[in-house]
Amino acid sequence: MTRVRPSTPRRLALLVIAAAFAIPACGGGGAKGGKSSKTVIQNKGSDTMVNVAQVWAEEYRKAAPDVEVEVSGGGSGVGIAALLKGAVDIANASRDLKMSEAEQAVKNTGKLPAGYNVGADALAVYVHKDNPMSEITLVQLTDLYAEGGKVTRWSELGVTIPGVKDDTIVRVSRQSSSGTYEFFREHALGNRDFRLGSRDLNGSKEVVELVGTTPTAIGYSGMGYATASVKMLKVAPKAGAPAVAPTIAAVHDKSYPLARSLHVYTLGEPKGAVKAYIDWILSPAGQKVVEDAGYVPVAAAPPKP
Amino acid sequence: MAGRFAKTPHVARKEIAESIARGIFGLMSAAMILPLVLIVGYLVVRAWPVLSWEFLLDVPKRGMTDGGIWPAFVGTLYLVGISLLVSTPIGVLAAIYLNEYAKDNWFNRLVNLAVINLAGVPSIVHALFGLGAFVYAARFGYSILSASLTLAIMTLPVIIASTREALASVPMAFREACWNVGATRWQTVRAVVLPNSISGILTGVILQVSRAAGETAPVMFTGAVFFKAVERGDLFPYGLTDQCMALSMHLYTLATQVPNVKEALPYATAVVLLGSVLLVNATAIFVRIWLRNRKKW
Amino acid sequence: MSAEPRARTARAVRPRAAVLAEKALEAVIRLSGVSAIVFVAAIFFFVLREAAPVLFSEGFSLKQFLFSTEWYPTSATNVRYGTFALTVGTVSVTALAMVLAVPFGLGAAIFLSEFCSPRVRETLKVVIELLSAIPSVVWGFVGLTVMSKLIVSATGAPVGVNVLNGGIILALMSVPVIVSIGEDALKAVPDSFREAGVALGATRWQLVYRVLLPAAKNGLLAAVLLGVGRAVGETMAVLMATGHAVHIPGSLLDSVRTLTANIAAELGEAPSGSDHYRVLFLTGTLLFLITLVVNLTADFVVRGIRRK
Repeated sequence: MTRVRPSTPRRLALLVIAAAFAIPACGGGGAKGGKSSKTVIQNKGSDTMVNVAQVWAEEYRKAAPDVEVEVSGGGSGVGIAALLKGAVDIANASRDLKMSEAEQAVKNTGKLPAGYNVGADALAVYVHKDNPMSEITLVQLTDLYAEGGKVTRWSELGVTIPGVKDDTIVRVSRQSSSGTYEFFREHALGNRDFRLGSRDLNGSKEVVELVGTTPTAIGYSGMGYATASVKMLKVAPKAGAPAVAPTIAAVHDKSYPLARSLHVYTLGEPKGAVKAYIDWILSPAGQKVVEDAGYVPVAAAPPKP
Repeated sequence: MAGRFAKTPHVARKEIAESIARGIFGLMSAAMILPLVLIVGYLVVRAWPVLSWEFLLDVPKRGMTDGGIWPAFVGTLYLVGISLLVSTPIGVLAAIYLNEYAKDNWFNRLVNLAVINLAGVPSIVHALFGLGAFVYAARFGYSILSASLTLAIMTLPVIIASTREALASVPMAFREACWNVGATRWQTVRAVVLPNSISGILTGVILQVSRAAGETAPVMFTGAVFFKAVERGDLFPYGLTDQCMALSMHLYTLATQVPNVKEALPYATAVVLLGSVLLVNATAIFVRIWLRNRKKW
Repeated sequence: MSAEPRARTARAVRPRAAVLAEKALEAVIRLSGVSAIVFVAAIFFFVLREAAPVLFSEGFSLKQFLFSTEWYPTSATNVRYGTFALTVGTVSVTALAMVLAVPFGLGAAIFLSEFCSPRVRETLKVVIELLSAIPSVVWGFVGLTVMSKLIVSATGAPVGVNVLNGGIILALMSVPVIVSIGEDALKAVPDSFREAGVALGATRWQLVYRVLLPAAKNGLLAAVLLGVGRAVGETMAVLMATGHAVHIPGSLLDSVRTLTANIAAELGEAPSGSDHYRVLFLTGTLLFLITLVVNLTADFVVRGIRRK
């Protein structure tokens, strides 16, 4: 009973075969295609800044509807590395450009990267809101986080957490290549390595969320990530020195020890759409985004070193 | 009193053991249902406040803490669609080769092993491959093209397996009848085998859609972005060389990276992703059952 | 394919162009047929290609890579690439997942193939298929939000993202594989075995225990192996549910990091071409080889029964 079926299935089958021949056409032609009527700006880098960058992109649609901004995170180092290859238009970085990176850029493309200070951030040390501790010194942070550090319990810091039997400190950190991790290592731990065994989470928000649900946890993240269930500690450079809270004013007068400025970099002096975008970022509208995200706008930030 | 057919203690013990075994295994099977129902139920309940068509069609707002998921949803459609365009023909033809052409020799056993292994390669290794091969070596850059090709190779075994199954279910007698009237191998495949298995192949394509839509790692490193501004409801916001948002990665970023997000938002994103995938799968299952009932041989 | 088509007469009357077109088409079909080999080889080649230069790099030693627990890929003072703790993380989460998934998976497979009515079987198979369709990022999200809270309230552990969480999630993800392959294995036991057992007065349980399990043991082993393969390679779910801490776990409530999650977390942030980037690709090569061995073993084990 080999009845040949009506023609629809056969045509379908042929369609599938026809599609087989369409692949090369599709692959080759498509790579060159894309949209030409719109300008696409590629923006990549710091995870600390990715949320700000996202709101910039969102808000900029209102100012320039024909410009599409693609925002990716990945970390400061990755954004800069992509910039040096000419793969992105703008790199976000929560640290300064290294000398070696500038040299690399000149070698690759013949252009020197241009940097813009677009705001500032205080790296806040977070604990659970029920934790009675209110301030911490950099020395204590080193004992807690650095390789060879001895502190493993809250009682060793003279802190009793209410309603908790096991007061082992749950150290929350970031994955090892984020700019935040590197900044914390450099400025809080004096470039010593982290002690292994901390929960190295993949997102700034995840850090704050875990601290917010764990009474015995401590973690660090940008000040923009604060929520109601966590508390930001005041930080003192050393025992006896006055502890400073991460506020806009403290970032401004550089009294907070873990403050850093936020930058965007371009390859060479920006032109056209990219320049317009950066100008907009530095305008009051763009700076309001920075402030709304919980960071320090550039007018109040320390001048670029 | 005990009749002639009363159970001996031995038989009674046997039967008790039997019912215990049945009960335990039955419970173990029932334990499969529970997580599915609980997970879907819980996610839907948590997502309820924001679930609406508006949520699907709207763009993310206020730093992705509010609004909808349109750019991510349409991005996933792009990735899945293009990967399908590439993997369906290759997969179907590969299955035709394996089922209709290949002789049973060492080489074709190797092909079989390769298909099995391709299915077993971890998704993160596919991501590494996509990054090394498409983004860098082929110079497609971070783009929809790179991500779709990565997904295509990853989902290839799905379509090969289900197409083979469909082809194999066409009785040998059909082919023999066709050969006997003088048709070539390809004419037989086209006139008899494919028409009789096209719906089975369709099931495979559907399953492939569901697999591709849910994958995160392979697109995260090859072409998906954190955010891209797109018009509400715009069906064609991306070009092949652009990067795009993807639903699966959007869920990951909402859950780990975006502060102060509206509580129901990540749940609703999870529900849309899960809902689409389960819907697509249910369609495949339905097609299969419908087919089985229709088959006349 | 036993019989060869008799194409001679057909060819004689067909136009030359049609014959050529068919030849071309067959070539395309053959090409697609071998594509799987090409792709597997390409995956290995491209991943290894990115990884290989680090093997000859000064700051890298293979011994340290495999056996050191110190993972400091970006250290300012002393870069170390030890993945041993990550391997232990993968092993511990996978082992827990198997402890949970194997009994349930095999139990359900036995129930499906031997104990239940066709109607129940169809329903359960649909459920299992849907369970296996849940994307891994959704599992991860469930682990991060729901499961972690449950674990904290049930055990009093300080943090809910840990081995237990990851193990449960992975068990749920690999159970469908074990059930479906296990059921196939039981079905492959010839009915004559069952008939002989029933004729001797065995109950179904005795039949399962004495006849089917021994007869299907290779297939069941393959099912477990494929479950292991699935669990080892899983990425997003473990990334979100295990807590991502580099250390050897002392209990189920410790956080760990797995090989896959480590790549996913750091790949985005390792500049391409750096040693760190290459070490991540090397980890990928390692994972590729592990799953290759697992899958090949499963295949050989299954083929073992077929030959009998």
